[in-house]
Amino acid sequence: MKVEEIDVDEQIGEVGQILSEAEKKKGILIHVLQKIQEDNGYLPGDVLSNLSKKLYFPLSEIYSVASFYKQFHFKPRGKKIVKICMGTACYVRGAKEILNTVEERFNVKAGETTEDLAVTLETVGCIGCCGLAPVATVNDEVKGEISSKKLDRLIKFIKEE
Amino acid sequence: MSGDNIKIKICMGPGGIAAGGNDVIEAFKGQLTNQRINASFGEQCSLHQVGCRGLCAKDVLVEIIIDGKETIYENINPEKVPRIVKEHILGDNPVKEWIAGEDYDNFKKKQIKVVLSHCGEIDPEDMNAYIEAGGYKAAHKALTSMSPSEIVETVKTSNLRGRGGAGFPTGLKWELGLRIKSDVKYVICNGDEGDPGAFMDRSVMEGDPHSVIEGMIICAKATESHKGYIYVRAEYPLAVKRLQQAIDQCLQKGYLGKNIFDTGFDFDIRIFQGAGAFVCGEATALMRSIEGKRGMPTPKLWRSAEKGLWEKPTVLNNVETFANIPKIILNGGDWFRNLGTERSGGTKVFSLTGNIKNSGLIEVPLGISLREIIYDIGGGIEGGRSLKAVQTGGPSGGCIPAALLDIEVDYESLAKVGSIMGSGGMVVLDETNCMVNTAKFFLEFTQAESCGKCTPCRIGTKRMLEILERITNGNGKEGDIELLEDLGSHIRATSLCGLGMTAPNPVLSTIRYFRDEYEAHIKDRKCPALVCRNLITYSIIEEECTGCGACKRACPVDSIRGVRKKPHKIDPELCVKCGTCFDVCKFKAILKA
Repeated sequence: MKVEEIDVDEQIGEVGQILSEAEKKKGILIHVLQKIQEDNGYLPGDVLSNLSKKLYFPLSEIYSVASFYKQFHFKPRGKKIVKICMGTACYVRGAKEILNTVEERFNVKAGETTEDLAVTLETVGCIGCCGLAPVATVNDEVKGEISSKKLDRLIKFIKEE
Repeated sequence: MSGDNIKIKICMGPGGIAAGGNDVIEAFKGQLTNQRINASFGEQCSLHQVGCRGLCAKDVLVEIIIDGKETIYENINPEKVPRIVKEHILGDNPVKEWIAGEDYDNFKKKQIKVVLSHCGEIDPEDMNAYIEAGGYKAAHKALTSMSPSEIVETVKTSNLRGRGGAGFPTGLKWELGLRIKSDVKYVICNGDEGDPGAFMDRSVMEGDPHSVIEGMIICAKATESHKGYIYVRAEYPLAVKRLQQAIDQCLQKGYLGKNIFDTGFDFDIRIFQGAGAFVCGEATALMRSIEGKRGMPTPKLWRSAEKGLWEKPTVLNNVETFANIPKIILNGGDWFRNLGTERSGGTKVFSLTGNIKNSGLIEVPLGISLREIIYDIGGGIEGGRSLKAVQTGGPSGGCIPAALLDIEVDYESLAKVGSIMGSGGMVVLDETNCMVNTAKFFLEFTQAESCGKCTPCRIGTKRMLEILERITNGNGKEGDIELLEDLGSHIRATSLCGLGMTAPNPVLSTIRYFRDEYEAHIKDRKCPALVCRNLITYSIIEEECTGCGACKRACPVDSIRGVRKKPHKIDPELCVKCGTCFDVCKFKAILKA
């Protein structure tokens, strides 16, 4: 999405008829941020400045909203995004050990990206397939029932191009 | 699409997909083409993806219906497909050893499916399948032959209570929504399911999206609203896709948009995709989020039904609540009321997880006992271990000890024992789970998700977490338990929203029932369940050790000494308590205590 081409009325839809201009602009903000991130993989600073000018909205306020939500990132992310599920079911079946091992093998902490931008490691609350606990996802592909043997395979899979 | 003679249904709920459902579908497609079944049966044979069947532990589940005769297979992978096609579909001789067995029958026996009646039966992307199964009859009835107050009365009679967790009577909420006059009113469906260990709403949105939309249409009519939002959690892209598809299908058919069913009634639904914040499941925070603000709760000076989204009257219900509505309108309020207990009508969907044999998605009538859920439906604990507690209500709930297993599951009984119904997470804990560590886990979650607006929640949860961390690290102090209780009761009383008010529950309920475990951590520096790393010691039982040296080779810090064929020893000063020696020893000579 090109920031210059944003049409506020189109984005907000029919509900816009009863909102003020300011409310409308605010109402599309999260959606627009999601689109920007979809295109860039993260929220680049210059795009946000452009957005601030386009919407006539303080940059600080855009950051205030964006930084509140976990989904938004301000730094480039790795090629493989590895999420270890820390949901209750996974936790009681040993998710912490999996996280520790992956952290050690890739020398990266949860929430960080490796220097070569190969891997971003994150934890998630619950991805909703507790029947397969413990689980992890690699670029949204679910890997379930991770035993110590399967963990080695998972690490190999992350390393693959 | 519909084939009469041969139907193959493949479970593609969250569990089914994760277990490889897509590969199984592809394998069936390939086989059907290879064996020329498509060619010879043509329209008579069809392949369907269906929503969650519940028993995720046995995914991928595949149902094959030939001339009305149903067979269910469990644990199916692509390698098993050719034999099923060859022997069952072509040879009419089902593959006995893969057919779902006793577990599947027991799992189904005590369940009553209202909300989930279509999940696992129909293709969620096929609107006609929903209509054939009786869908949109209720919306039609409500729009063409019922007045708003009649709908409200029916819902009130049904005794349906909000399934998001707090249990506010849905009928009363709608009545207020109808009574308040305004040019614009909103209907919002809360699909921001965020409790760790809960996936009920996800399964409904993905497995039966039309039922949610139908429920919202009926609500819109009842409250005279014309605009709706579905707030879906960012982590559920498939739910967004299926709901959007369903909305588009409805618009095309004239079930949404202008002049629905030619009654002159208009209603539109838009999807709002959340951006990852647990607190947005709270109604006021959710509405601020739709307005494009930081998703922080606001004080409830008014009810949402009076001033909600953009300060306009708003009726907000949970996904499961809406999915119940069509059935209530069709079968009547009394039917639904009689399914449940005196004070709460109907059924409730739970995601049954943790250390239990048949984990998955279940729907049971309210008033069923926990024991029936765990042992009859869930098949008991894995590996013959003993049950310690059941955690309900996620990070807002509490732990119910094994001794109270016979309580009825409804809003009041669960609250009485210090837990809550919550949105429907049910996690089974056995003797290998440490209750202090479990409480810490939940508090870590709420502490991280606290939005930071009010002090009790922002600072209080952090302080409680610090205390729990020191207890589990072996640095607990005399008086810590009392301090936790004191802090917990204050946070509960003074927080702004439900997140803070319920955050201490996991800690307070585990102190209430498992105080001895806390004391063991603090006074004896021992973790009875052998979970907290710093409180465990490893040693070698001399009589059992053969001196094979496996542990010595495996130890990452060289803390094991000894000569071959003589008993070895662990140096406690060097040991980092990783447990590797315990795992590699074939002679059970390592003592974990």
